[in-house]
Order: sequence, then structure tokens, then C-alpha cells
Amino acid sequence: MSESQFAFEMRGITKRFPGVLANDNVDFAVREGEIHALLGENGAGKSTLMNMLNGLYRPDEGQIFIKDQAVRFSSPREAINHGIGMVHQHFMLVPTQSVAENLILGQSAPRFYINYSELEAQVAELSEKFGLAVDPRAKIWQLSVGEQQRVEVLKMLYQGAKILIMDEPTAVLTPQEVTDLFDTLRSMTASGHTIVFISHKLDEVVAIADRVTVLQRGRVTATVEGKDTTKAELARLMVGREVLFRIQKAPAQPGAEALVIENISCENDRGLPALRNLSLTVRAGEVVGIAGVAGNGQTELAEVIAGLRAATEGRVIVQGQEVTGKRVAAGEQSEASKGGSWDIQVSLDIGDSSINLSKGDERPEKQAAPIMVSEGLAYIPADRTGVGSSPNLSLIDNLILKAYRRPPIGKGWRIDLSLAREQAEKLVEQFNVMTPNVDTPARLLSGGNLQKLILAREISSRPKVIIAVYPVRGLDVGAIEAIHQMLIDERNRGTAILLISEDLDELLSLSDRIVVVFEGQIMGEVPPEDERVDEIGLMMAGTRVEAVHAS
Amino acid sequence: MRVKIEPRLDVPRWMPFASIFGALVVALLLGAILLAYGGLDPVTAYWQMLRVGFLEPYSFSDTMVKATPLILAGLGVAVAFKMRLWNIGAEGQLFLGAWATAGVALFWLPPTTPKPIMLAVMTLAGFVAGAVWGAIPGVLKAKLGVNEIISSLMLTYVAIQYNNYFVYGPWAAGGFGLTAPFPKTAWFPRLTDYGNAIPALRGLTAHMGIVYGIIAAVVLYVIFKYSKWGYELKVIGDNPNAARYAGMNLSRNIILTMVISGGLAGLAGMSELAGAVHRLQENFSPGYGFTAIIVAWLGRLNPLGIIIVGYLFGGLLVAGDVIQPAGIPLMIQGIILFCVISADTFTRYRIRIVRAAPVTATAAEV
Amino acid sequence: MELASLVFIVNIIGAGLRTGTPLLFATLGEIITERSGVLNLGVEGMMLAGALAGFAVSYGTGNPWFGVMAGMLAGGTLSLLNGLVAITLRGDQVVSGLALTFVGRGLTSVLGVAYVQIREVPRLPTVRLPFMYDVPLIGPNILWPLFGEQNIVLYLGFLLVPAVWFWVERTRPGLHLRAVGEKPAAADAVGINVAAQRYLYVFVGGAFAGLAGASLSLAITPLWIDDMTAGQGWIAVGLVIFAGWNPWRAVLGAYIFGALRRLPLDLQAVGWLPFASNPILGVWLEMIPYLFTIVALIFSSREAIRKRLGAPAALGIPYIRGERGA
Repeated sequence: MSESQFAFEMRGITKRFPGVLANDNVDFAVREGEIHALLGENGAGKSTLMNMLNGLYRPDEGQIFIKDQAVRFSSPREAINHGIGMVHQHFMLVPTQSVAENLILGQSAPRFYINYSELEAQVAELSEKFGLAVDPRAKIWQLSVGEQQRVEVLKMLYQGAKILIMDEPTAVLTPQEVTDLFDTLRSMTASGHTIVFISHKLDEVVAIADRVTVLQRGRVTATVEGKDTTKAELARLMVGREVLFRIQKAPAQPGAEALVIENISCENDRGLPALRNLSLTVRAGEVVGIAGVAGNGQTELAEVIAGLRAATEGRVIVQGQEVTGKRVAAGEQSEASKGGSWDIQVSLDIGDSSINLSKGDERPEKQAAPIMVSEGLAYIPADRTGVGSSPNLSLIDNLILKAYRRPPIGKGWRIDLSLAREQAEKLVEQFNVMTPNVDTPARLLSGGNLQKLILAREISSRPKVIIAVYPVRGLDVGAIEAIHQMLIDERNRGTAILLISEDLDELLSLSDRIVVVFEGQIMGEVPPEDERVDEIGLMMAGTRVEAVHAS
Repeated sequence: MRVKIEPRLDVPRWMPFASIFGALVVALLLGAILLAYGGLDPVTAYWQMLRVGFLEPYSFSDTMVKATPLILAGLGVAVAFKMRLWNIGAEGQLFLGAWATAGVALFWLPPTTPKPIMLAVMTLAGFVAGAVWGAIPGVLKAKLGVNEIISSLMLTYVAIQYNNYFVYGPWAAGGFGLTAPFPKTAWFPRLTDYGNAIPALRGLTAHMGIVYGIIAAVVLYVIFKYSKWGYELKVIGDNPNAARYAGMNLSRNIILTMVISGGLAGLAGMSELAGAVHRLQENFSPGYGFTAIIVAWLGRLNPLGIIIVGYLFGGLLVAGDVIQPAGIPLMIQGIILFCVISADTFTRYRIRIVRAAPVTATAAEV
Repeated sequence: MELASLVFIVNIIGAGLRTGTPLLFATLGEIITERSGVLNLGVEGMMLAGALAGFAVSYGTGNPWFGVMAGMLAGGTLSLLNGLVAITLRGDQVVSGLALTFVGRGLTSVLGVAYVQIREVPRLPTVRLPFMYDVPLIGPNILWPLFGEQNIVLYLGFLLVPAVWFWVERTRPGLHLRAVGEKPAAADAVGINVAAQRYLYVFVGGAFAGLAGASLSLAITPLWIDDMTAGQGWIAVGLVIFAGWNPWRAVLGAYIFGALRRLPLDLQAVGWLPFASNPILGVWLEMIPYLFTIVALIFSSREAIRKRLGAPAALGIPYIRGERGA
């Protein structure tokens, strides 16, 4: 064979991380001009495999061929020189720089002086050519997530990528934006580009892929033609089971109003309105799911309820008692986003747990959250390592994060260390947290175990209301099942649960009602039924429920 | 071949000690090279430092005298650092503490005041003055978000000038940057005071300040280990977001911590005046407040460790009084600190030399 | 009277330009370093190293320009120690900056003994611009005393500010510098060597601090005195915050602080103020620059919170490939 039909080929790739075999003898070949889906669950090794193709990691064993030529990348730069570009799940864009600046970052031209007007014209032209509309002068942080993704794609094209790896590109998009993206991808293959599409969503894969390679626990289970396959087959290949697990639960039996949110408004870290006059009620014994594209006020909603963010207007009532975090006057609110404030993170310990040294200017008095401890409110924050746990402290210390204050753990001025240890050991066993012992620092736990630890802590405080934000993001199947089961058990025990998630499947499976938010407002409420997905999609994009039904 | 740095999953117990010891050895070697470069014989210099600081008959007592303010101020620094509050203005807080002490001893209480009352009031005044000086950056940080590194340091320069005003101005005795000596009632008991009863103690100037240091260390040890407040410090220091999430009041804790931190540094100044200098003067501190930062860090912010390191550095300062040029101890302190931070890396990371060929990594350590 | 007060004000501004120039260099250097994401608190130590190296080499070779180069090299070399800890060893940058200050102070104190007695050193030249005098109206009383006859380092300062700004904001290397300080993962993803960039700008920042020191010991106060910077390095660190990491605003800060440092001397010469008759009171004037640093920080901190302008996002965070949040 003189000329390969493959755009690239990976043979016998093995990659280990401390304690994990991420890829085990993987063969992966992609034809030129096709859209090839790389399907697998979270943690199956998809991103790791593609990060090796992209030069970010090096394989421990195995080789990569481009047009039958063995290549070895020691950096993404070398990969892009071979025409391989990757659009990461977390965008690799510099937020404070403009679109145009991000495009030329790392490029060899211009050599020295940047002629901005010329550059911007050039970028505008390119974005027009591929139908990816963005303002070249806009700063990245000003753009929506969808626009940022377009910039990422543009950047790769600008840098001459012929093979484009898209890592879970739809996770952050509305269903309608997904359609646009698919159109763009198809037009790109038409112009000779090759696309690797990483996903764990079967519908999308079936909709877009010419061929599909399925990974399960670091191994390839099959490569199939897109048109010959079915969702059921892919599911079996992906999970090793015939059907996807959907949690079994009895119908909800809602009780009294446990959490009432009345006309809440608040600002985000940039001082822009995040919630606009939002009202919502969760009853005891039901799960209310909040659907919406990330960045439409969900995290702010959770923070306002938990008292971590000041509401500019409105009330939060837990168990009949008002707990609104109104104590910080409007406008005084601090804690800007990382880029915005100047708190400096200095890492005392290893980088995975950077510690806030607050070199200056973080305003530390941003409201503390004493309410939730006393009012039976538990909050499972989206950021497990950044907010939910203290990475360098032991599991014991992490488990008493709230209980230390009151008896029996807190005794007068001191903490009962032996009781804390005893309870920690009990919780670790009860919630099946895998750890050498309770003195282990929390940072050494895997994501799933850390989340179980956080749930153990929150549930053991016997809350009446649980706010769970992205509770299973980035976890493997086993952990997801365990955590979902814990939440449902809590619901059955009569706890009111507010579930915020980006994953429609999760929302459909856990919720008793789904509420859709867009730009800090509620677009409407939908029962959790699979056939209502299109409706939810429209609402996520900003159409009100009345309008959806009218059309 | 390349160097690969990866996190250690578990740190052997001996590792932190070994790393500090290794760091000290490397630091002394580096210091020796620099000394030789500066035209000094490193062996002689080190031997002299060792002899003067630790081996002579009076060494223990002399070193204890210098160690006392280092330990007190070091404990103060450690309280703040525990919470990752970078109070590097201990020197200024120490000066303020000393100033208030002198005020009490010379002007605000009559010299005939009974010794216990005199010393108690001096202690209180020293602590409060240092605490106030420490509270300023604390409040600025907590309420206005002002960087405490800069503000605490700037306040040190202000404190030194403030002190100068008094020793050259209203409190001056003779115009050489000195006040009059304290009345005897304002002197800490010293070992030599018991020289008549126990001749072996004659001429030994170690004073009661070290008792303050030991008590403070024990109290802090208990606070760090067993108290709610110590737990809050630990969590805030490790992850302020988690602390906030747990309902801890960061603002109040910042101010409280800076008050205690400054107060301990103020006590260091008080004890130095009551125990050793017996008057207020310009530049009475050879930078105790700065050396205290190193002492705290080397003692791993552990109160008992700070006592040990404080003693060693006390010896270094004693040696510094006789060794020329006087900058040598400072330089060696800096090098030691560098080596210790660098050595920390080896306890936190495993550093491997990786060959370019395919690697068979050691995977299974969980 | 009117002329006298004009002269007084012009004198203060002129003093601000002179004493502010070393501060300006140090601040610019720290801005560059911090924009790349590394915090180097050792400015004081590097300035001292630059001052001594500059003085010694100028004295030894008889050429002050060799002195300047030596000072920059000394500052840069010392800064690499902090770079090593911050970038490669991922250690604590606050503590390593402190250590660097100690090392710089101690080292210069040890090595500087030989130079304390020396009173005459080849200085950097003064530039004369006679045409300043001839400008009508403002020439003789304003332009001439301010710009007519000043040390060359002042003019170097005037040139360096736009140069630094241009480099950071308008060039490809500057783009990379900013990317490394704001989002190193993004820079890494397009093949920019994050560590190399950071080492480079740590060195550049150190060299600027060295230049600051050398301009002090070869032009502004042409002497070697132990600990001659007296906290200026720390003030520079504060000025970076005051300047909001912007070279143009650094100019303002540095010259104001320069003027404030000289103010005590000038005020003591004013007959009707109490300072003239009672020199002890001058001590209070000595506090002004330090207090002013704090006040400036208070205002810039509030402003930063209001306008959400701020430090480079990755400042102080070691970059480790493949880790979240980097």
C-alpha cells in the first residue's frame, strides 16, 4: 500500500497514570474525510487517547502513524504542524485576549509586530469562509460558550488543522446549537477535513458519525459503520450491558413545601444580572431538576439558596423560615471570578490543590453560609475540589467540615477528635468511600470517592433540603449509579432535592419535575418524559413554555 | 532522557525530617562556597559560629536570650501563616510592643510599682500594642482587600520611624537614640539574679521571656490541634472557599488571627526589653521579626518545632555578633530558607529520570 | 512668592523624577514577571544585588556602563533562584520571594564590605539639553530644571515605559507573555513552552530590578551603603498592584513615590513649617512614603474590585500540564 486510506492510525497504544490504566493496547484508525465518533463512558479513556494524538501526553507503548509515517509528538505544537488540532472540552482560550489574538497565539506569523487591523480583517474573512461568525475584536470572556467553541474551531482551522478532534463538543450547547455545529462539521468534511468526535451520547453519535469506535475501560470494544449500527448495539458495546441503566424509583409523594424561592434576583461575579425574578418551590420528598445550558444562572441559584451569594431581591424560605442571604448589601458583593479579582493562588502543596493565598485583594468577607448548617440545608457544590472539600486535610477533617461547630463533635471550645475519627470511619464504610484510611488527605481520592465523601458529610447532617449541583459530572458509571441511588434514597426518606445538571439524561432519570432556566429566568416546567426532550431544548434556548406549545 | 515530576501519593513519615536535614546540609555547603568567594575561610567561619553559638560555657544562656524573641515572634508568624495570611510585618509589631513596654516601665507606671504588677502591665501593653499594629493589616485585608504582605511590611518601616521619634525625641536620654534604663522593677528575672544562691548561674543572662515562649508554644499547640478555632485556621488556610461554604467567618478570623499574630510579636519586643535590653533604643532588634519568618517556616509552623529552630537560629545570631562581616548569618538564613522550600518539593513529588525509550511505569501505588 | 512656590513645586517634581526612576525600573520589571504568572517578591534582594554589582564593576573597570550590565546580570541571575522554586519545583512563591530578599540582603552585606568606604565611583553621565532653557515662557523655570540637566537613567526610564508597553501589548512575544500569565494551558496547547517563557520573564524582571539597583548606586545616590534600598523593592511590589499591572500607571506611581521620598528633605528646608526648627519631627515625614503605599493600595484595591481589573489569572500558580484549573 503506497498511499494510506487513513488520515492517521494509532497502533497498540497503552497509557498508564499512577494507579490507572487509561488506555490498554488501543488500535484506532480514522479515514480521511470522515466523521469518526469515539464513543465511551466518562473515564473510558477517550480524552486520554486523543490527548496523545494531540501531543499533550506521550504513549507509554505503541505508535502513531500519519499517512503510514510513524510520528512522535512531544507537544501540541508538533501535532498541529502535522495538521492535527484538538478542541478541548475546557476551551484552551485566553479569556482576557481577543478572538484574533487567540487565533495567532503560538503561530509563527506575525514574527514580531502585530498589525491588529490587518489581522482582524483576516480573521473576519476566515470566519466568513467557514460560516463561523464571531467578532474578531471581542474578548473571549465576553462570548457565549457556543461562540467560544466557534473560536476554538476557527483557531484550529487558522493553524492549518486538517484533522480536527472535538472533545465532547455538545456538552455545553443547546440542542439547536448542536444542530448548527453538526452542519459546520459536515461542511468541513466536505472541504477535505477529517473529524474525530468524542462523545458519550448515543443519539449524537448515531446522528453524525460515518464510523464509530467504542472504548470501554481503556480498550476498544469495536469499530462499526455508523449507518449499520443502532443505539442499542452501541450501548451494549459501551457499557457491556444491553440497556442503559436508568434508576428505579417509585412515584414521588410530595409533602409540604420545604424550599420556597420567591422572586429572587442576583448578580454574577462580573456584576451582571444572573437571576431575574425567579420563583420556585420544592416539596418534601420530590426531586426538582433544573435544566439549562451552563451559565444561565444555575450555579448562582444554588449559591443564593446556600447563602453564599447575596440576593439583590427576593426571599429564600427553607422549612418555613426565611434564610435569604441579604446581609451583603447589593454591589458590595465581592469574590470576582478568578480572572476578575486579584486573589492570587499560590500552591503550597502540589498543584492539584492550589491554595488561596489571597495575595491581596480577594474580599474575604464574601458572605459565609451559617444558615444552611442550622436550617437543615445541604449543598453539594459543583466544584468538588475547589469548594466542596479541603484537599490537603484528612478525610476526618473533611467530614467534620460542618459538624465541628455543634455537639457531639464540637464540645465547648474544642473538637472531640476521637469521636470525629469514629464517625468518619463509620461514614467511610457506610458510603463505601474507597480510601486507605481516614487520615488520607482528600486530594488523593478519586473524583467518585470524593463525591461520595461529600455526600456522606451532607447526608449525615440529616438535611431537609439538598441542593445538588452537577453531582456526577466527570464520574465513572459505578460512582454515578451509587450517587444517584443515594439521592433517590434521600428523596424517598422525605428530603426535598433540587438537582442542577447539564445532562438531560440524568435529569430525566432522577427528577420528578423539570424546570428549564434561561438567562436567569424560568422558561417553564416539563414532566420528565423522554418525548419532551425537544420541548426542553427549545426552552433551554430561550423560548417560553407557552410559546413552545403555541407553535 | 528527561526529568519527570509527579506527585507522591503517600509521604513516608521520615521524609519531612530528612528533607529539612538535607536542606540544611546543602545550605551550609552553598553558604561555604559564597563565603570562600567573599574571601573568607568557610571552615573557620562555621567553626567560630558553632563554638560561639553552642559550645562555649555561656553559649546556652546567650543563645537562649536571642532565641526568646525569635520563638515568640516565630509563633506569631506561624499563627498567621497557618491561615496563609502573610504577616511579614512581625518586626514592626515587635517594635510597637517594645515601645508600649517602655512607656509603661518608664513613664506610665511609677518605678516603685511592685514587680509582678509592673511586669504584668508591661506584658499586657506589649501584647496589645503589637496586636493593634497587627490588626491594621488584618482589618485592611478583611474589609478592603488590601494585600497584607505589603501593608504589614510598610507598617514595619513606619513602626521603626515611630520608635525613632520617641528615642530621639520625647523619650530620649542624652540624644543617642536611647531612653533611660528601666527601673529594676521592670526587669524580667534572669538566671544570674540567682547567682548568689547557685554560683553556677552567675553571669547567665537568660531570662523569663523564654517561659513566655514555652507557654505560648504549648497553648498554640493545643489550639492548633484540638480547638475549633485551630480547625478553622486549618480549613481557611487550605481552602478558603470550602471554609466559606462551611459557614466560617473569614473576615473575623483574619482580623483575630492578625491580632494574635501581632500580639505575640509584640510580646517578643516586650520580652526583649524587659529581659535583655532594659531600655528602648533605636535598632534594638537585629531583625528578629524577619528571622522569625524563617524560624516559623523551618519549624513547619509547628509550635514545638519553632522552639527548636528558634534555639538554633538564636545560636546563629549570637555567632553573628562576633563574626565579621555581620551579614553572614542573614545570608545563611536566606539560603537555608531557599533550600528548605526546594526540599519540600522532594517530599511532595517523586522526581524520576525518564529515558526516551518506552517506559514501564510503576503504576500500582494507590 | 509666586515664583518661589513654583520653584518649590518644580523641585519636588524634579526630585520625584530622580528618586522615582529606580522605583520605576523595579516596578516595570515586576510587572513583566507577574504578567507571565510568576510572583517574585524578592525585588528588594535583587535591587541590592544590582546596586552592589553595578557599583563594584563600575569601580573595578572604570566604566559605569559595565556596571549597569553587571547589575542587570546580578539581578537577573538572582531572580532565577525564585524562578527555579516557582516554576520547576512548584514551591511556595511567597516564601521563596522572602528567601530571595534575605539572600540578596545578606549576600550584598557580606560582599559589599569592601566597598563601603569607597566614595568615588565612575557614575552614569548626566545629559544636558540646553534647548530646554530656550523654550519660551516655561523654559527657564519649568522645563530646564526638570529635564535640562538630568542623569541619563531618567531618560532611559522615559524610553523604557513605552517600550515595555509596546512589547507586552503589541508584539507576538508579548502576546505569548500574556497568554502564559493568563491561561498557561491554552499557551501550552498551541506549543508555547510555558516554563521557558516564565523563566525568561523572571530573568527580565530580575534584570530590571538589577538595573534599578545599579541606577541607584551609579546615578541617584552614587555610593554603596549596606541595605541602601531601604524597602524600595517592597514598595515596587506594592506599586505593581497600584499600577494594575499596567506600565503607564507604573510611571505615575513611581514618580509620586519618588517625590514623597524626597519630600522630607524639601519640607525641612521650608522655614515656616515646624520641621525646620525641630528635626525630630522629620521622622514623621519619613513615614509618608510607606503610609502612602498603604493608602494607594487601599484605593487601588477598591478600584480593582469595582472595575474587576486585576492580576494575571495564573499569577502565583505553578503550571502543571494536564491538571485542571491551570
